Amino acid sequence: MGLKMKSKVKEVVILSGKGGTGKTTLTAAFASLAPSLVLADCDVDGSDLHLVASPTIIKHSPYIEGKVASVDPLKCTGCGLCDEACRFDSFKVEEDGTYQVIEYKCEGCGLCVHVCPENAINFDERECGEWMVSETRFGPMVHANLLPAGENSGLLVTVVRNEARKIAEEDNYDLILIDGPPGIGCPVISSVTGTSAVILVTEPTVSGIHDLKRVAALADNFKIKAYIVVNRSTVNEQLTKEIEVLSEELGHKFVGTIPFDNKMVHSQLEGKSAIEFISGEVKESIERIWERIWQTL
Amino acid sequence: MKIAIASGKGGTGKTFVSSNLARSYKQRIALLDCDVEEPNNKLFLKGEIVEQRRHAVLVPKLKSDLCDGCRVCQQVCEFNSIIVMGGKAMVFEDLCHSCGACTLMCPQKALYEVDHEIGNIIVRKSKNVELVEGLLDVGKALAVPLIREVKSYIDHFKDIPIIIDSPPGTSCPMVWTIENSDYVVLVAESTAFGFHDFKIALNTVKDVDLPYGVVINKHGLGDNRVEKYCIENNIPILARIPFSKEVATSYSKGDLLVEVDPSYQKIFEQLWEELRNRVSSGAKDEK
Repeated sequence: MGLKMKSKVKEVVILSGKGGTGKTTLTAAFASLAPSLVLADCDVDGSDLHLVASPTIIKHSPYIEGKVASVDPLKCTGCGLCDEACRFDSFKVEEDGTYQVIEYKCEGCGLCVHVCPENAINFDERECGEWMVSETRFGPMVHANLLPAGENSGLLVTVVRNEARKIAEEDNYDLILIDGPPGIGCPVISSVTGTSAVILVTEPTVSGIHDLKRVAALADNFKIKAYIVVNRSTVNEQLTKEIEVLSEELGHKFVGTIPFDNKMVHSQLEGKSAIEFISGEVKESIERIWERIWQTL
Repeated sequence: MKIAIASGKGGTGKTFVSSNLARSYKQRIALLDCDVEEPNNKLFLKGEIVEQRRHAVLVPKLKSDLCDGCRVCQQVCEFNSIIVMGGKAMVFEDLCHSCGACTLMCPQKALYEVDHEIGNIIVRKSKNVELVEGLLDVGKALAVPLIREVKSYIDHFKDIPIIIDSPPGTSCPMVWTIENSDYVVLVAESTAFGFHDFKIALNTVKDVDLPYGVVINKHGLGDNRVEKYCIENNIPILARIPFSKEVATSYSKGDLLVEVDPSYQKIFEQLWEELRNRVSSGAKDEK
């Protein structure tokens, strides 16, 4: 890759496939090491970065996505056309024979609104969560919460990323670090599109490796370079070695390992990043990894 | 008896509990792996594949000669997955939610529906366990249709217990997974992130109005905030699974702990005892 371009904001996303491998822990640790950055917590369906970053919220917005149907019982004649047409099984019959929507199953497609002969179905905007802009000791942070049963379509992820980019461009930050969601579906795709690089944090377990391969294939789909980190490497040194070899086979850069240390859990409980809380091998290994990534970004 | 295993936070041990709970049962049992983005039960249960097929959802396709560019399809689509360009409708399959609105509403009958493949359904037989897995294709966005297909096997296994392994989080894939189950087991770890996400998952299960209990996994790692919270709020703790580096290493290799350590077989047998009592009798009290 060429020289680092100062003018353009780099967006780096931390992913894992499997949950619980240390995405948020690593995001917070890297945030302690980067001289300046904007943080974006895109794990909107399980956001935890705020527990370490202790943000002071300066801006707060409700998040409206899509719509939800509801039946006006006074107009409903119980003909059942809505129930017949709905492909998401989201209608139930009440005792009086009228129909009602099971809200968490409603896809918000509006088909029932079109088929109801009595105009008995309301179709209103749905509040799915909220997003916030905050100040933290690491720099500005954009984060969000999805309400339970919310549609995790990735649009909220896009809102968070757009806001982070706006802040970075206006205030001349050259790095946005994104704490990504687990899995490979909608919200992950929204977190990864158009980023400069992906950091894949895995663990030396059969599940960690299985999921790493799938998320690495996703990065390949988008032609984005990936850095691979093994967390809790000492749990299985042999599998750690295998991941190192696999990284090469997959054509991605293996940037290091972090040994298992109970203190990682304690740093979380103290609301501190691993860099702030731990000394010795764990801290040094994270510093080396960040150095390798930062120099080649 | 349908038991859903959920957590909120990823990596707390949903699959660990699901696979060991299934094996420890000894008699014939079904396990539905609904974490279709990253299904991992097969790595522990192994077993041979007895059925494998592609699963498709319906998406609209245009009969171009019939389309007059009226834009009704574009207007009824809530997902921006069909737009009119150059006087003809154009479909974006990966944004489509397969609701059928555009096809139904098109005044020219210019749309019909075709299959759009999104992943695999794989059935394995592993000793006493019938394992059904949904495996979403890499690059496909929507998990719920594949989750629903995996759950359609519930009818197939009517006379045996069914364990349903949920994806992480509390958004629609998790809710679609747990709905209709008889009992939800929340797997929690007593870490800062674990506790935070556990409380959110708890509220979601309450919203869906299902009886629930908690398994504290990696017990001894972190502190005791989950346990304290459960006791203070009268939430049943069904089991505590101790953490040790040996367990972590055994898990890392793909071992089923109940097969290598009799003390864990005992923990899971006790968990079954708890579940049986709660599902058959007073489970509703814990709503």
